[in-house]
Amino acid sequence: MIQVNQLSKCYQGKKVVDGAQAQFERGKVTAIIGPNGAGKSTLLAMAARLTSRDSGNVIIDGKEIAQWNTGQLAKRLAVLRQANSFAMRFTVQELVAFGRFPYSKGRLTDRDNQVIHSALAYLDLVELKDKYLDELSGGQRQMAFIAMVLAQDTDYVYLDEPLNNLDIKHSLQIMQVIQKMAHEMQKAVVIVIHDINFASCYCDTILALKHGKVVASGAVDEVIQGPVLSSIYETPFEILTVKGKRICSYMV
Amino acid sequence: MPDSARLLVLLAFSLGLVILTVALGLTADNYAYFLSKRIPRLLAIILAGVAIAQASFVFQTITQNRILTPSIMGFDALYVTTQVLLVLMFGSLSHLVVNPYINFVIATTSMVAFAVILYRFYFNRPHRNLITLLLVGLVFGQLFASISSFLSLLMDPTTFAMVQAKLFASFNNVQTDLVYLCSPVLIGVSLLLFRLHPSLDVLLLDQDNATSLGVDVAKLTHQIFILSAIAIAVATALVGPIMFFGLLVTNLSRALLQSYQHKVQLQGSALIAICSLLAGQWIVENVFTFATTLSVLFNLLGGSYFIYLLIRNRVA
Repeated sequence: MIQVNQLSKCYQGKKVVDGAQAQFERGKVTAIIGPNGAGKSTLLAMAARLTSRDSGNVIIDGKEIAQWNTGQLAKRLAVLRQANSFAMRFTVQELVAFGRFPYSKGRLTDRDNQVIHSALAYLDLVELKDKYLDELSGGQRQMAFIAMVLAQDTDYVYLDEPLNNLDIKHSLQIMQVIQKMAHEMQKAVVIVIHDINFASCYCDTILALKHGKVVASGAVDEVIQGPVLSSIYETPFEILTVKGKRICSYMV
Repeated sequence: MPDSARLLVLLAFSLGLVILTVALGLTADNYAYFLSKRIPRLLAIILAGVAIAQASFVFQTITQNRILTPSIMGFDALYVTTQVLLVLMFGSLSHLVVNPYINFVIATTSMVAFAVILYRFYFNRPHRNLITLLLVGLVFGQLFASISSFLSLLMDPTTFAMVQAKLFASFNNVQTDLVYLCSPVLIGVSLLLFRLHPSLDVLLLDQDNATSLGVDVAKLTHQIFILSAIAIAVATALVGPIMFFGLLVTNLSRALLQSYQHKVQLQGSALIAICSLLAGQWIVENVFTFATTLSVLFNLLGGSYFIYLLIRNRVA
């Protein structure tokens, strides 16, 4: 389990994240939602040692994140941020193989190759494995990155806006994979997401941020409610129930 | 042709050129003298070339930029400034100037110290930005260059001529006295850089992904920075400054070898460095009959290539 306590960060005197409290459990998908500039990505980055924090702590499996050896932590926690553009060209297979670095340090064993292959198969990338990333569509590329995260074989997975700029088909595909990673592989998956209907339909818990503060958190039913969302997004909300799922309607 | 075959071809070329350089014109009478002259010089050229090539390649990886080399940090300029300052303060006949070992230790220490100070400055700031570090280095490089040209003006011409002839190492004036002192240092640095190759590969995926995969990016950057400073400092003391050489060989290696892996690319740029230095030296001796120097040749080629890269990147 990952426990985030009173996490705060300032940028030039402005509090980006302000005393955030959260808990990420294995077997569950947690969505972090909120308006632009609410501090969602910063919170995720701090909870993954990618950004420094001003105060608070992050406890991963009972140990403060700063106490972890970064190489050892890479076997427990994988994080993928937005906008991955590289100076070099990589094929899908090469990219996914990087996911094994925490274990193999660059020398792939048979076991590593098996894991890489099953990650490719899981995301339906076997036929594309020798293509270069810049030859793929945005959706396929995102699948390749998620395959790398999957190959890293960690208990905790953070994804920052995994659906950014994707079409509906790929969005659904990725959300289904995320759900399977949590429910079948017993990982704790934490995603930053803008589309609250995807959050409502595919996630188990929701953490809502506004102006850096956690303003709502809990199971989907508790957070996906008209008054709660209206106050977060400053927009009128209506919640419909379609096939047992809560769908938000926010067209005025 | 796969990369491994290309590396073998490069290796064959390098060995051929090495043999040619050592053996050309040897007879039973002159071999002892020629070898005693040629081998240290050859060793100096090879080790310096490999050190510059590898240091430049890894420097480009940590800065995520293919047209930077450690020279931008002003190491070359600092080397010249140190020499000019020594002569001006202690006179051209001082031990510090004349004794090659003491002089070498002072010059390299000042270069490495400069790198460490710059790096400390960079790491003690709240928002670390490599570009700021590079700009600060660039400004210092200009400062050093201005100081040394100002101080040179204060010298009387005979002293200055002596300084130039004696201290400014070049490929035609290799500091052979230093070869055996430098060799273990350069070999050590090359091996250490090479050993970091798996982590350097991961760093190609940008900092956040590298951190997620368990690479301590700050520590790795620090190591690379210090190691490349040592490599450039020692190589400069041995064969003098050559600005664009690193740029040329690293990009040739990337063009010639397809793999992104540092394992392959570091070997590739080292071999290309050896081939181009020895071939260049042969051209300087036989085509230009010493009318120009290898440094000038490489700065011409490397400078033109640099402009080409700038134009191509702007279009793309």
